[in-house]
Amino acid sequence: MQATDNNSDVYQMPDGRGHFGVYGGMFVAETLMGPLAELREAYEKYLQDADFLAELDYELQQYVGRPSPLYFAERWSKQLGGARIYLKREDLNHTGAHKINNTVGQALLAKRMGKTRIIAETGAGQHGVASATVAARLGLECVVYMGAEDIQRQAMNVFRMKLLGATVVPVESGSRTLKDALNEAMRDWVTNIDDTFYIIGTVAGPHPYPAMVRDFQTIIGREARSQILQQEGRLPDALVACVGGGSNAIGLFYPFIEDKDVAIYGVEAAGDGLETGHHAAPLCAGKPGVLHGNRTYLMEDAHGQIIHTHSISAGLDYPGVGPEHAWLKDSGRANYVAIDDNEALQGFHDLTRIEGIIPALESSHALAYATKLAPTMTSEQIIIVNLSGRGDKDIHTVAEHEGITL
Amino acid sequence: MSRLAACFEKLHKSGKKALIPYVTAGDPEPGVTVSLMHAMVAAGANILELGVPFSDPMAEGPVIQRAMERALEHEVSLDDVLKMVQTFRQSDADTPVVLMGYLNPVEVKGYTDFAREAQAAGVDAVLLVDMPPEEADDLLSALSAHELDMIFLVAPTTDDARIKMITESGRGFIYYVSLKGVTGAGHLDISAVKQQLAKIRLQTALPVAVGFGIKDAESAASIADVADAVVVGSALVRKVEENADSVDNINSAVAGLLSEMRAAMDRC
Repeated sequence: MQATDNNSDVYQMPDGRGHFGVYGGMFVAETLMGPLAELREAYEKYLQDADFLAELDYELQQYVGRPSPLYFAERWSKQLGGARIYLKREDLNHTGAHKINNTVGQALLAKRMGKTRIIAETGAGQHGVASATVAARLGLECVVYMGAEDIQRQAMNVFRMKLLGATVVPVESGSRTLKDALNEAMRDWVTNIDDTFYIIGTVAGPHPYPAMVRDFQTIIGREARSQILQQEGRLPDALVACVGGGSNAIGLFYPFIEDKDVAIYGVEAAGDGLETGHHAAPLCAGKPGVLHGNRTYLMEDAHGQIIHTHSISAGLDYPGVGPEHAWLKDSGRANYVAIDDNEALQGFHDLTRIEGIIPALESSHALAYATKLAPTMTSEQIIIVNLSGRGDKDIHTVAEHEGITL
Repeated sequence: MSRLAACFEKLHKSGKKALIPYVTAGDPEPGVTVSLMHAMVAAGANILELGVPFSDPMAEGPVIQRAMERALEHEVSLDDVLKMVQTFRQSDADTPVVLMGYLNPVEVKGYTDFAREAQAAGVDAVLLVDMPPEEADDLLSALSAHELDMIFLVAPTTDDARIKMITESGRGFIYYVSLKGVTGAGHLDISAVKQQLAKIRLQTALPVAVGFGIKDAESAASIADVADAVVVGSALVRKVEENADSVDNINSAVAGLLSEMRAAMDRC
């Protein structure tokens, strides 16, 4: 899936040790270096394996429901009075978000590697549900680590995972949220490496995860590229996607990276506002550092401790970001912007009322940025927004925020 | 000769093995650490391993995780830890001190500043759990410019090619992680440890320390039988935790366990 041309203009990231410029890498305890090498070899082998790729395609079509439509949001575009906005409908995937593209891929890989047990971390629960779903489908044992704080906030997803047969382990350490769940999943993996496969849910973690998760998510951008060529006869002018860890965004962006006329916008969560410090926007307001196995932009204090993040959207509430986004920021190929809680809620309501689609609060950040971008463009121009997930899981959060008791 | 090399040489001559206790700096409060360091030396420790608190200690079991959380409640930073070492050095010029922690606090300070300040404070070596040799070129040159050793880990999952690379990059001693798991786990397999140590010794003349899973006099003695040094962490940190509300008892509780280990190690 990576370009192999010798032309130095061709985007070839990461290097053999997982570096995107100075970012990425493998910053883990020695015990994991061997298992990561084993994973890298398996992943490289099976991405060239016709049987594996055929199995993956079959699952993506028949189980996930791909391809997902590229929907022209005509009414919304007209109201905004600018660019024509298309929505890549990842919300229509089985389990309601883009997460399953990756969990299907990694779980099939786990099975080929002879692993019988999968573990995953989850914040809002979407990746946990996607992992539990695929584990049920393939008959694998599944353990999901989830911050105790998040378990309280996402009771419905916890129950969904349990219905699917997964064990949900509450994580009581640290801030009791997603980053701590990731720490705990790593601790499980280091203890049970012989039979366990760790399905990381985003393009973070040590090499090969950022590249592997990207490769499983690029189905989004590959489909969108051929769909827009078919529907409009040309490439879009801009891509917009929300960025927490950044897997849906890189999935959309990657197949367009060499199309230099396509502007790329990653939208981080500004929470209460970047100026308040209560946000989850490491690319817009953080500094480089090392966390969870890779070097990237982080939310950290002056002494290198990871600090608490805030976003109304649990899926964006993470203090790091995939290292490839850090590279795309520094190289200037992609622009990173931030949308606060209130703007995201407005995006949520707009799409719901105008197009009859209830978006996830994560995706609502991308939608809110599109409402700023579209009026600056002409009606001849095209924006593709990644509608990364559906909003059913968020209706309690929205109701609570607006003082409504369900 | 560095303090570490001198320490191992002296032990070797007397036929003894090194006892290396680990405690987290600033646990349960910053005021106890320096006096605890001296108490551990008095109880028979040869080298001290001082944990630098980090918000996301991925390789630690629950005991050391909680220790780091207690220290971070007091906002103990890398700067504070260096000050503790500096204070310790005022009355102990000989006992080597190894800082153990995670990369990010060092990364944020900057490798060169860190190396200079650590040397000035009297630190001898650095062990960063999430910094493998592959990524460590720049850090290694900064450390060696300031006469600091970088300790690397070898694990049960490390193959021969990696053992070779790690032993070529490592200085001071090699730290063998005795089990697949986090600190404080409880499934130590001495014969497996012995096998892997033999492989390590084929590649290096550096002393080899063994840690993870050593919790009492008996396990310390059996490790001392096969290794050059015994690292004990969670078992001591648990003593600190048990006395977190009565800090005056911490030194004697930790020293008590260490003395038992020392005696058992010296018997073999």
